[in-house]
Amino acid sequence: MATTKPTTVEAPVRGGVRGWLGRLSGMDRDRLEQAVVGYAFVLPDLIGLLVFIVGPMFMALIISLSDWKLVGEPQFVGLRNYETIFKDPKFGAALGRTILYTISFVPAVYTLSLGMAVLLTRRSRSNNFFRTVYFMPVAMSLVVAGVIWRFMFDPGNGLINELLAAVGLPTSQWIGSVQSAMLSVIIVSVWKSAGYFMIILLAGIQDIPGDYIEAAQIDGANRRQVFWHIILPLLKPTSFFVLVILTINALQAFDQIYVMTRGGPAYATYTLLMYTYEKAFREWNFGYAAAMSVALFAMIFVLTLIQVRYFRSGEVKA
Amino acid sequence: MHKTPRQILGISVWYLIAIVLAIVFAGPFVWMVSSSLKPANEIFANPPILISPNFSMKNFEEVFRQAPFERYMFNSFLVASTVTVVALILHAMAGYALARLEFPGRRLIFIGIISTLMIPFYTILIPLALLVKQLGWLNTYWALIIPAIPHAFGIFWLRQFFLGIPQDLEDAARIDGASRVGVFYHVALPLARPVMAALAVFFFLANWDSFLWPLVAANRADMRMVQVGIQSFTGEHGNAWEQIMAASVIAIIPTLLLFFSLQRFIVESVKMTGLKG
Repeated sequence: MATTKPTTVEAPVRGGVRGWLGRLSGMDRDRLEQAVVGYAFVLPDLIGLLVFIVGPMFMALIISLSDWKLVGEPQFVGLRNYETIFKDPKFGAALGRTILYTISFVPAVYTLSLGMAVLLTRRSRSNNFFRTVYFMPVAMSLVVAGVIWRFMFDPGNGLINELLAAVGLPTSQWIGSVQSAMLSVIIVSVWKSAGYFMIILLAGIQDIPGDYIEAAQIDGANRRQVFWHIILPLLKPTSFFVLVILTINALQAFDQIYVMTRGGPAYATYTLLMYTYEKAFREWNFGYAAAMSVALFAMIFVLTLIQVRYFRSGEVKA
Repeated sequence: MHKTPRQILGISVWYLIAIVLAIVFAGPFVWMVSSSLKPANEIFANPPILISPNFSMKNFEEVFRQAPFERYMFNSFLVASTVTVVALILHAMAGYALARLEFPGRRLIFIGIISTLMIPFYTILIPLALLVKQLGWLNTYWALIIPAIPHAFGIFWLRQFFLGIPQDLEDAARIDGASRVGVFYHVALPLARPVMAALAVFFFLANWDSFLWPLVAANRADMRMVQVGIQSFTGEHGNAWEQIMAASVIAIIPTLLLFFSLQRFIVESVKMTGLKG
């Protein structure tokens, strides 16, 4: 809505450019001023993006086509690094673990945060309190979350094992064993993210017009039916966004894994990004590491496209 | 008002679930603080001790004696606040130009900026590290600050906001003789305060929490940011969990303060960044 609210605006001091612009006719002068100011305003950020994001992206492609180590000159080797990727069993295994992590993490966070959002949809004082509590892990970095949970997951007398033992449940080696390390890492990641996505889904649910839900209730729909037939379909755009972001996050999980297990024990949590990091900054093999990072980028890109397609086709059906 | 037994059962189950979840989410915070105040021999006590009778701040003194945590905190403060301030200024300028000023190539520039959002950080990590090394920035504030500033996301959100400013407000200022820069500074910028506040919280937290880039770019003891500091402290102090927990408490105090004082803004920033993406 266009308001005609009166505003008081102080006339700013005339700049030097204005004096020079004064000689042009009104229309031209304004167009020129817009162009000059426009470019001047955009330029600093544009240079930053070009130098620190776009440039490095092209550099990554070039590095991935070369044999580039810490010592010696970089050598152009064509697609050899990519050929090596296909034959590298460590890459295949790391990719497998990354996929396992992703297909566990994404549905777990989505289900939990949606459940929490539904649980706390109504505006009330107690709901506000619970929301704040569930949202608290957002105030913590992944590094600190990883450190605390590593402490609580101590295979000997960690808090989790003591609590499990106290209620008569079996204890676990958690991050200490090959079987349970990945699960431990996933638990921490879910714990850290659920509250954040709860807020997004909650906002999505609250955007659904109350009339729809009331109409369904008048028609005799119970809560479960309202959830499945009203809330969930109307929440689709938000869900789509959340799932895409979660997938992208999952494929690049790093901080908590680095802090909790360093990819161990016996490579049980050695994901693609861990592998890429170690290749680049432990083995100083930049060429191969860059090729892996480009490959991971390509995978995420394709996966995102598939997700977009899937949700688009769903929209047509609905 | 009377409730049927069924309703009472429903409410009880609701509260039970809500409280169990609350314990799961808040528990680790409580345990971290509790452990940071305990002597070493009570860390793995069985049954667990929540509030130690031997409660003391000794672990905190020990942490500061063993690692320069004040330095880590200072580094993080300096980097996170500089990035936040500079990024907000630059993004507001760029967002304003892209939303309210006509100039050749504007659309193309905007599309170009938005498409950088597709580039994930890990793909540019290696070239960025090599670039920073080439510039001689390793283990300097430059390496931590400059590459963290450009980000299409902030530009995009401010542009969206500036698009929504009523034309009348600008026109009124223009008639009063304000230049384009004047309109930006005196009209648009004050209106953008809430959006900028939400973005500021977002940028500050993102930089305070960032780990991978500081790990690669500045891992010398005096240049570590706090997350890298925590990680290295954990590595060097193996099983001194009471000290590691004290260090963790130190590292999250600023973000917790921010969280509880600006919770509204944080929730706003999450919604803003989350919705309509």
